[in-house]
Amino acid sequence: MTDTLAPRDAGEVEAAVRWALGAGKTLEIVGHGSKRAFGRPAQTDATLDLSALSGVTLYEPTELVLSARAATPIAEIEALVEAAGQALAFEPMDLGPLLGQPPGAGTLGGVVATNLSGPRRLKAGAARDHVLGFTAVSGRGETFKAGGRVVKNVTGYDLPKLLAGSFGTLAAMTDITIKTLPRPQTEASVLVLGLAPAQAVAAMAAAMGSPFEVSGAAHLPAAVATAAGVAALPGGVAVTALRLEGVAPSVAHRRESLLALLAPHGSCADLDAGASRALWRSIRDVTPFAASEGGDAAASPVWRVSTAPSRGAALAAAIASACDARILFDWAGGLIWVALPPSPDAGAAVVRGAVARCGGHATLVRAPAAVRAVVDVFEPQPAALAALTRRVKESFDPQGVLGSGRLWAGV
Amino acid sequence: MSVTMPPRDEAVLARRDQIVAALRRIVPGEGVIATEREMRPYESDGLTAYRQLPLVVVLPSTTEQVSQVLRYCHDAGVKVVPRGAGTSLSGGALPLGDGVLLGMAKFNRVRSIDFADRVAVVEPGVTNLAVTKAVEHAGFYYAPDPSSQIACTIGGNIAENSGGVHCLKYGLTTNNVLGCELVLMTGEVVRLGGAHLDAGGYDLLGIVTGSEGLLGVVTEVTVRILQKPETARAMLVGFGSTEAAGDCVGRIIAAGIIPGGMEMMDRLATEAVEQFVHAGYPLDVEAILIVELDGPRVECDHLIEQVSGIARDCGALTLRVSTSEEERLLFWAGRKAAFPAVGRISPDYYCMDGTIPRAKLPYVLQRTRALSAQYGLRCANVFHAGDGNLHPLILYDANQPGELERAEAFGADILRLCVEVGGVLTGEHGVGVEKRDLMPTMFSDIDLAHQQRLKCAFDQKGLLNPGKVFPVLSTCAELGRMHVSGGRLAFPDIPRF
Ligand SMILES: Cc1cc2nc3c(=O)[nH]c(=O)nc-3n(C[C@H](O)[C@H](O)[C@H](O)COP(=O)(O)OP(=O)(O)OC[C@H]3O[C@@H](n4cnc5c(N)ncnc54)[C@H](O)[C@@H]3O)c2cc1C
Ligand SMILES: Cc1cc2nc3c(=O)[nH]c(=O)nc-3n(C[C@H](O)[C@H](O)[C@H](O)COP(=O)(O)OP(=O)(O)OC[C@H]3O[C@@H](n4cnc5c(N)ncnc54)[C@H](O)[C@@H]3O)c2cc1C
Repeated sequence: MTDTLAPRDAGEVEAAVRWALGAGKTLEIVGHGSKRAFGRPAQTDATLDLSALSGVTLYEPTELVLSARAATPIAEIEALVEAAGQALAFEPMDLGPLLGQPPGAGTLGGVVATNLSGPRRLKAGAARDHVLGFTAVSGRGETFKAGGRVVKNVTGYDLPKLLAGSFGTLAAMTDITIKTLPRPQTEASVLVLGLAPAQAVAAMAAAMGSPFEVSGAAHLPAAVATAAGVAALPGGVAVTALRLEGVAPSVAHRRESLLALLAPHGSCADLDAGASRALWRSIRDVTPFAASEGGDAAASPVWRVSTAPSRGAALAAAIASACDARILFDWAGGLIWVALPPSPDAGAAVVRGAVARCGGHATLVRAPAAVRAVVDVFEPQPAALAALTRRVKESFDPQGVLGSGRLWAGV
Repeated sequence: MSVTMPPRDEAVLARRDQIVAALRRIVPGEGVIATEREMRPYESDGLTAYRQLPLVVVLPSTTEQVSQVLRYCHDAGVKVVPRGAGTSLSGGALPLGDGVLLGMAKFNRVRSIDFADRVAVVEPGVTNLAVTKAVEHAGFYYAPDPSSQIACTIGGNIAENSGGVHCLKYGLTTNNVLGCELVLMTGEVVRLGGAHLDAGGYDLLGIVTGSEGLLGVVTEVTVRILQKPETARAMLVGFGSTEAAGDCVGRIIAAGIIPGGMEMMDRLATEAVEQFVHAGYPLDVEAILIVELDGPRVECDHLIEQVSGIARDCGALTLRVSTSEEERLLFWAGRKAAFPAVGRISPDYYCMDGTIPRAKLPYVLQRTRALSAQYGLRCANVFHAGDGNLHPLILYDANQPGELERAEAFGADILRLCVEVGGVLTGEHGVGVEKRDLMPTMFSDIDLAHQQRLKCAFDQKGLLNPGKVFPVLSTCAELGRMHVSGGRLAFPDIPRF
């Protein structure tokens, strides 16, 4: 049975890390633990449960800034900013359904530490682009801060970027300051129907290269579109979707312009605000590949591949030609979600081989723990970069007390 | 010069001829500059109060040469200072007398442009404006637009995480760079990111951006390019007080509007600019605001209507909306020429760069006026109003004994004030040597040590651009020491189960 430490404030987090250092123990940092099934399985002696560090400490909508203790539920933050007409522009996805967990769980710290984002990533950036500052306890058992509460800030290294996506392997964040932005007043989507992936990528490139400020570009092959569970979709046909957001007269104008631009690519349709919202939520959370709660879908692996958009179709084709894959394209073809049938290596040889040819990187987001223990969850790095990564880890956590092995062996 | 630089390495100075000869073997011909006369143009960057001739200037033109130069310097224990166009306003590219100045000017090619992926791959010595020039025939541009964009390089922009008047909506350099090739001090070459988003693993690209040339030398950059908005129109609004202008900025954002740009100038800055550029700025107001709205025409019209209403509610005295592209550019020409314009009304000026929470603007301006009276120096104010980034320009005359020192003391007081109200020392110009010794007003020793250890991960010997950013130089061995006590819990009552 593993030991769990549940500090009640930032001071106790420091004390807990110092204890681990002195006792030669390793710690897994946990917010709600809702995403524990993501990453290499933890091989730690004890759990550092931060869930008591909760609560928004500052929210000034006109300054576009919010500070909260690290384990504040992300749902609480989203509700608060929504009530003020704002949003987290990076549109954090809810990994819960994909990982077979209930939706709506998770903390601000977890969202930042995994740097996941949603379809708006291609226009508005990821979590990394919206973290302004933090306070944390490093693996040296020392409390430190970086960044600030203002957007324009080059005072010292941009450590908030480094902590975003560090999976709890460098420091335990206790307080985080993020940027908030006005919520788009309304939205609509333009659909092109029946395209093959390569045609869809071309249509999405045309849309992204237009001045119409597309804030989402995804392609769902027919079976995946059907599994999206969005009633307004035509059904039985591949859907290429482009989202437009903003003030009503602008959205209306751009919808017409985009329909005209895309007409040569195939037969078009469009979705009004409500249907559009449902579609992009389904894409954001990769609902077509969701694991039924408590079911065994976790046995069927899911990969998340990031590549140059123009290589998306070729990369997907390379995977599909080698195994029975279901694929969802987001980010104009630059983000490929791949669901594969169960296999001992979760399809790593096929996926990583395709990535090696097309460029980018692949992350094994869902797989049984036994598979994640033997297959690299994150893209293996070239030697010089791997060595640099290890030195960065050691600079914050020389004894490897924090989350060791979550990213790669020893990191 | 009022900052102390790292002690000179006499052994390196004594070996100068040998070092120059070794560098010539790596970079042949005119790529190594060793005469005093020819090195003179490199003795300072945009912060001209600080000058220092380097040991030698090297101008490599390939990644392989950069790698060999760095490996040689690493093995020989010679310091290296990277330089782009030398427009840094914080002394980031200030040479060291015992260090190689590594000029990246020959890396001036646009390597490839991919409109389908909306990226351009450029060498670091390409100027900021040249990126836009290379893609504008297809309707694209590179969003970050520092006022120095004709001269400054992408390599320098990455090192300083430069912003521009459009970064409120379109982000800083860090939000517009997707990848780079980086040569470490050991000569090792690593690639960070690429044409895809969110490179796996630690976000080292995010750290290198804004690292002021302390972590590695950038030899190639992949930037994101954007399609130009359908239309853009600028509004020029005059107010009876800077407070009213500041209030207007807050209310525009509260209304859910993020303009393409939102800039403020006070009376002194406006007067200086108007004499210089004749942009048609109103001269009988205390502050002007330039608000640019972009997007489809219907959106611009809609938002201009809204912003006009807000401005009127805030007591705007004058309000003009650009009716042509020429007029829009003229509104901006004044703002973009603010620094040189102030340079014309004073023998010298000193540009500050703090950022504050926007609501503190009236208080900070009032305190700045008091400081101006106290130091007996005029101060013109230019702000990136949307994001609270202030550029107070302190007017002084270096030929008057003591004035430079007074200007520096005044500037330091303004920056301390920014930190006091919850802001930061520098929004986009960097710490460099200029703000180095003020770092402890924002960061504790422990905060700084965590940053310095990160430098150790990239540059164990501390040879790359030392003396910048960090007030105290410690060796990596000193920084790495750890004092672990016991295994006893300091707060034995932490809930545990
Ligand atoms: C509206 C909404 C949006 C969501 N968006 C996202 C999203 O964008 N991305 C996402 O992954 N999940 C998101 N989730 C929840 C999702 O299902 C994940 O379960 C959740 O983010 C994980 O958060 P957690 O706090 O449970 O993290 P955990 O599973 O506890 O931890 C995840 C990782 O982060 C590290 N970590 C957690 N807290 C800290 C900390 N304070 N300091 C340092 N490291 C820490 C852990 O060590 C671990 O590596 C969202 C949920 C909702 C309701
Ligand atoms: C009139 C004027 C207006 C300005 N306006 C703005 C503005 O609006 N916004 C803004 O943000 N800044 C502005 N600046 C500041 C300056 O232009 C920027 O900081 C710019 O990015 C510096 O680029 P550079 O090529 O001149 O770099 P340099 O001054 O040569 O160097 C700056 C730093 O970058 C490092 N460096 C340069 N190239 C590399 C490389 N290839 N690899 C690693 N490190 C490197 C150097 O070591 C140094 O630390 C202005 C400056 C002036 C003079």
